[in-house]
Amino acid sequence: MILGHLGYRTVCSAKEALQHSGVRHCYTGTRKNLYIDKNTKVICQGFTGKQGTFHSQQSLDYGSQLVGGVSPGKGGKTHLGLPVFNSVKEAKQGTGADASVIYVPPPFAAAAIIEAIDAEIPLVVCITEGIPQQDMVKVKHKLLRQSATRLIGPNCPGVINPGECKIGIMPGHIHKKGRIGIVSRSGTLTYEAVHQTTQVGLGQSLCVGIGGDPFNGTNFIDCLEVFLQDPKTEGIILIGEIGGNAEENAAEYLKQHNSGDNSKPVVSFIAGLTAPPGRRMGHAGAIIAGGKGGAKEKIAALQSAGVVVSMSPAQLGSTMFKEFEKRKML
Amino acid sequence: MAASMASQAVAKGLRIATSKHILLDKAKCTWLSPRRWLNLQEYQSKKLMQESGVAVQRFYVADTASEALEAAKRLNAKEIVLKAQILAGGRGKGVFDSGLKGGVHLTKDPAVVGELANKMLGFNLTTKQTPKEGVKVKTVMVAEALDITRETYFAILMDRSFNGPVMVGSPQGGMDIEEVAASTPELIFKAADQIKRLYDLFLKVDATQVEVNPLGETPEGQVVCFDAKINFDDNAEFRQKNVFAMDDMTEADPTEMAAAKWDLKYIGLDGNIACFVNGAGLAMATCDIIDLHGGKPANFLDLGGGVKEKQVYEAFKLLTADPKVEAILVNIFGGIVNCAIIANGITKACRELELKVPLVVRLEGTNVHEAKRILTESGLPILAADDLDDAAKKAVAAIKK
Repeated sequence: MILGHLGYRTVCSAKEALQHSGVRHCYTGTRKNLYIDKNTKVICQGFTGKQGTFHSQQSLDYGSQLVGGVSPGKGGKTHLGLPVFNSVKEAKQGTGADASVIYVPPPFAAAAIIEAIDAEIPLVVCITEGIPQQDMVKVKHKLLRQSATRLIGPNCPGVINPGECKIGIMPGHIHKKGRIGIVSRSGTLTYEAVHQTTQVGLGQSLCVGIGGDPFNGTNFIDCLEVFLQDPKTEGIILIGEIGGNAEENAAEYLKQHNSGDNSKPVVSFIAGLTAPPGRRMGHAGAIIAGGKGGAKEKIAALQSAGVVVSMSPAQLGSTMFKEFEKRKML
Repeated sequence: MAASMASQAVAKGLRIATSKHILLDKAKCTWLSPRRWLNLQEYQSKKLMQESGVAVQRFYVADTASEALEAAKRLNAKEIVLKAQILAGGRGKGVFDSGLKGGVHLTKDPAVVGELANKMLGFNLTTKQTPKEGVKVKTVMVAEALDITRETYFAILMDRSFNGPVMVGSPQGGMDIEEVAASTPELIFKAADQIKRLYDLFLKVDATQVEVNPLGETPEGQVVCFDAKINFDDNAEFRQKNVFAMDDMTEADPTEMAAAKWDLKYIGLDGNIACFVNGAGLAMATCDIIDLHGGKPANFLDLGGGVKEKQVYEAFKLLTADPKVEAILVNIFGGIVNCAIIANGITKACRELELKVPLVVRLEGTNVHEAKRILTESGLPILAADDLDDAAKKAVAAIKK
């Protein structure tokens, strides 16, 4: 993670960090920061705003370790019984925070992410929807060339380890500690998957909403690696949608890393089979552009990697349950 | 070789571009939902390009036949091209209800421009890409016609695999770019200059794509962008007010426009089961599952996370006003969204609008029990569903009755 106390930090040159194959040496090392737990200390950027206040209170009610927040100009004050700081750097120094959640409006959100990267916060979760794509391209440029901070989002519901830590806007009460890792581009479809896996008794180990924007900090592969290496995660649900090629890349990754006897069951749903081409379906990243990014191709790619694709979003829990039955994992 | 010369010019442009610092206005800002589907007319895109120093054919716009005639004279060009300005493509082969055939005409005589404009302006132009009744032409472009000796394709777009802008070029006519560089190297430099300006434009207007087709060479050795399609990042509307103010909404779907006014993400489809959902992924999935069970969705609608009761009411009003809607499916999984707010909005709307079609409601999540109570006690004929499968099946069955 951060080797700051030794006075040095691994710095990759752009060449090392980005090979032709697109493998990112520096940034991929931060994947482990995704796995939050009851010890994760969280600060909130945009702490005293309406969204920040509401969700911070929800977070505290859930039992997450919220330790303070950032609101420029309001440093020194108290909010929800917690200290307010003027900057992320000061907040980290004052609280020892491991993670930050950002509820900052679109015109200023990219700057808030960059501030957190500069302060070397290990995990940054940006909830904001509506950040201009150009801004996120610049954020990503910086993100990929460092190895301290992992970004989730933007335009995402956040990440939750049920019963231990909730960073984001998901309804805590539908979750149950358990065996399924969930990664999704859609917030409400994640809730469907969570609700169903809770109902069939399997529960969730870690749920990551990677968000609906075209340029974001964490993709399917980042989460799949964590899930495949986590002994507590015995099954994986992957929820995708039209636009881009993240699902196809995930399928390739699964072919290489999740085949054979020790493979974990992966169940998937891809939204947008009925979406008209050329239109943005709500999410900035959900668009079939130039004939590419359709749901049919994604489904085919995932199926060829051994993923069980459900045609109905209401059958994710039952489909995973059947897979567990087949493999005598119940 | 030529590619590296062009890319060096481009790289220089890139370095200049990324060092620009965007100063943000720290005024109070609410989380506005951006308008969807910005469409510019050809003359508006070309005006943006001109402002960024990109070479386009000299042109004027005209709203009357006499203006068109004056413009043609003012151009003082060897040949003039007259183009009807509508958003849809296929103009060249279109037909006007004045009887005039073709939405694009070439002539050397300004008087002819005036006569033709008379048969275009105020009339409907029907093309393969317009609705049957065509689109009314309110503006024409009068431009200097230029010969193209060589056509190429060039585009700049935001690409997820490359984590940012990429440039795509395609030389046409089987000519090697190296051959062009060897015989007419100055053309490569001129193209590189155009490319840099197009890239500056791409950044300046927060475009997600600038597509130039064709990027052409004239007999005189000019490099000109003959046509361009620019796609804009809706998320950047707050800082691109001038660009978005140019939005010509006359050819847009009136329901989509009305929905945008209430910050609702609505896209019209051609079925008869209206959808009312929170969350883009769930909204897409709702359309998918209706189709899976043999029905046809009438629309995509994402209410968003912070939806208020007034928006619920207005959304319901929009859906029920659509004559082709024969059933409504409400599918809400409340995270931030409080189900009780949805229930109140729906019952109010149903009472005031005298609901005439079957209504299937599936609610889950925050405050769901309170919401279900509100719906039951309303006494309205609402079909309750347990999950998304159940809801879709009930909606499809309700129409068949």
